[in-house]
Amino acid sequence: MRMGKGMKKSIWMAAMLVALILTGCGKAASSGEEVVVYNWGEYIDPDVLSDFETETGIHVVYDEFETNEIMYPKVESGASAYDVICPSDYMIEKMIANDLLQEIKWENIPNVSNIDPQYMNESEQFDPGNKYSIPYCWGTVGILYNRTMVTGPIDSWSVLWDEQYKDNILMQDSVRDAFMVPLKWKGRSLNTMDQAELEEARDLLIEQKPLVQAYVVDQVRDKMIGNEAALGVIYSGEAIYTQRENPNLEYVIPKEGSNIWIDSWVIPKNAEHVANAEKFIDYMCRADVALKNFEYITYATPNKAARELIEDADIRNSEIAFPDLSKCPDLEAYLYLGEEGDALYNELWKEVKSK
Amino acid sequence: MKNKKDLLSLPYFIWSAGFIIIPLCMIFFYGFTDRDLHFTFANIASITETENIKALLISILLALIATLICILLAYPLAMIIAGSKLKDSGFMIFVFILPMWMNFLLRTLAWQTLLEKNGVINTILSKLNLPALSIINTPYAIVLGMVYNFLPFMILPIYNALIKIDPNVINAARDLGANSLQTFLYVIFPLSIPGLISGITMVSVPALTTFVISDMLGGGKILLIGNVIEQEFKQANNWHVGSGLSIVLMLFILLAMGLTAKYDKEGGNYF
Amino acid sequence: MRSVAKKAYIVLILLLLYAPIITLVTLSFNASKTRAKWGGFTLKWYGSMFRNDAIMHALYTTLVLAILSALIATLIGTAAAIAMNTMKARFRMYFTAVTNIPMLNADIVTGISLMLLFLAFDAAFGFRTVLLAHITFNIPYVILSVLPKLKQTNRSVYEAALDLGATPVYAFYKVILPDIMPGIISGFFLSFTMSLDDFIITHFSKGPGLDTLSTKIYTEVKKGIKPEMYALSTLMFATVLILVIVVNYIPDADASKKQRSGKIIKE
Repeated sequence: MRMGKGMKKSIWMAAMLVALILTGCGKAASSGEEVVVYNWGEYIDPDVLSDFETETGIHVVYDEFETNEIMYPKVESGASAYDVICPSDYMIEKMIANDLLQEIKWENIPNVSNIDPQYMNESEQFDPGNKYSIPYCWGTVGILYNRTMVTGPIDSWSVLWDEQYKDNILMQDSVRDAFMVPLKWKGRSLNTMDQAELEEARDLLIEQKPLVQAYVVDQVRDKMIGNEAALGVIYSGEAIYTQRENPNLEYVIPKEGSNIWIDSWVIPKNAEHVANAEKFIDYMCRADVALKNFEYITYATPNKAARELIEDADIRNSEIAFPDLSKCPDLEAYLYLGEEGDALYNELWKEVKSK
Repeated sequence: MKNKKDLLSLPYFIWSAGFIIIPLCMIFFYGFTDRDLHFTFANIASITETENIKALLISILLALIATLICILLAYPLAMIIAGSKLKDSGFMIFVFILPMWMNFLLRTLAWQTLLEKNGVINTILSKLNLPALSIINTPYAIVLGMVYNFLPFMILPIYNALIKIDPNVINAARDLGANSLQTFLYVIFPLSIPGLISGITMVSVPALTTFVISDMLGGGKILLIGNVIEQEFKQANNWHVGSGLSIVLMLFILLAMGLTAKYDKEGGNYF
Repeated sequence: MRSVAKKAYIVLILLLLYAPIITLVTLSFNASKTRAKWGGFTLKWYGSMFRNDAIMHALYTTLVLAILSALIATLIGTAAAIAMNTMKARFRMYFTAVTNIPMLNADIVTGISLMLLFLAFDAAFGFRTVLLAHITFNIPYVILSVLPKLKQTNRSVYEAALDLGATPVYAFYKVILPDIMPGIISGFFLSFTMSLDDFIITHFSKGPGLDTLSTKIYTEVKKGIKPEMYALSTLMFATVLILVIVVNYIPDADASKKQRSGKIIKE
């Protein structure tokens, strides 16, 4: 190849580039104080992290995960010692069950008083006694629909089985969220371990499959904004953002009930900087910080002091972001079902997906 | 080792033992044990479950189609470029490799933007009053994604095999009265087979094991064997079954390679 | 007529290959944050990209990783290929098999198996583990690029050089190395590209706080890609394109010399 000759030069260019990079930007020496945080992707305002660093002098080593399931083996294996992690409800329960978390010393986190007690109550479902976790974000799962593309009121999960929306439905591509829909529709618990109920749910999902345009995760957001589909199952946190981008979109929690989820801060057993982890969590519970995060990620904050600071009254009182839990239909949190439960759900889900 | 030159392979020998052989043993270890670390064949046997065998068959089918399309597209292209009088045929070939410098995930995501119902292609089609193209979230889109992502792996080896053919051989065939078709069939094509084979391997293996493409372009509605393995590792957290299925997939690929290898007389790869 | 058809064919395939690239470039100028909507033309992402520490850091890590892993893999791989070329069949079989394993395995299997290895040896997950992983999957690409070139080299020239009194090392540098240089270079660039693009293996061998562009993009695919990513990708793509064009078209001082040596290699 003739170009090979010319490339000899570029190899030298590359080598010089290495030398340049290696000498030019030596790693910034760390002061020693650090906290290793493992959070969902795009789940914090980057400015909050740098503010924390300047205020406390503690360097934040920040890492992101995409799903609870990807996070878990990394923590379980001890491959990396994280100080603060932000898993979801059922995963926290699993981590408690498998002895991966340590109890949080409440006296070291004074700002926890900002958290609305009703969310602490909800947390008891997976963390009895509120020993291990402090809520960071919470929300519901519901249907996002495009007003111009639907007929009649949308208030029940049953619309997701309506033939007229063939190819216009977006479902969640994760086991529990997918099974939650038919289970709740038929009035079951979304934590059921009853074989018959689960098989009914599986059959409903298989029946629904021809109507589904795609099984996606957070891409529901972009697709709904782009008028790709009429109905999509989505987390409430995305609703505010999508409405801003496409005013035809509406979010509803179906009348049969749904899932309430809470992502909370926890400190793993093998944390190396527990004191810094506490400082970090305390900082996250500060009203102004929580507000900043809420504005950036638009997922509802359980921080009532922060909520009071929201300037836009529409958002402060939004039924989507902050539904009144007492008025809401049957909302349930996911619980950890044990290895057998996980295996059962996964098996049935595989049957749906391979049909 | 008698030959001093053999010592040059020592670093790689050590490296491969540490980073290829030992990890492979670990996969085998997981593949043949259950959660309590007792020996079992169950993980390997799980390939016979309906869903898994179905996923494997669909994967094979789609990978075969994608490979075939890649050959049909790449072979004439490689011939045109290799045969062109352009003194820059090397540069030309680079133009076809260049898209690989955009991140794989971004490129695949871009196909979503192109193919969606209200995507770029359909917007253009409707402006031209043409019927809409609706292949997104179907196996067709997955095949398109495979062809798109792996086509360079087919072009390059075929091209490299073609330019190595001595022009004198072709001229000799012509002098002996062969027409273009005969020259191609009896001279050019046989000489390009090693390149073709390595192209087939380079395309079919990643096509067979992919899960990102089916996730992003298949709308999650089609389960490939790659998705199954990925889900065992990531969602179900069952490394034992995941490893077992990986071993099956590996053996399967080795078998397919063994079948093609006998045509690959030179045994070399054309990269 | 035929040349028109040929050109049309090339253009058609180029269109297929570049359609997504054009889409991504266009998205980098999109004022709207979502890919689903066109919000007017803007250059702001190109500015905000440089102010985004996380992205800049990921870029730095990605480049250092790609260059280092490609360089080391090229050294080890080339040495191994030279040895493999003259090796006894028994040894060669081992190396051929080993070289094929990472290419045959699904990425996720390679990634997990390396993670298990690092875990077993209690290695601190971080830049070093990722580098080791990248070198591992890069070496085969180097070997597969260099080996065919070695097979084409004419051994008798090398032996003639030895007969004429050259030391083996000198003969190697003067005779063999220039012959296999194109293979070495394309192995290097292939490794570089693979390292740049890899996500899965990196994901399983990385530690907290370390991000490459790929791992960053992956966490973003789920939450919606940040427009800065499109801008950065466009810029990187343009850089490579310009680099290639410059290297190919700028005539250099020793052009005549190059042409001569180029000819030898061709034959």
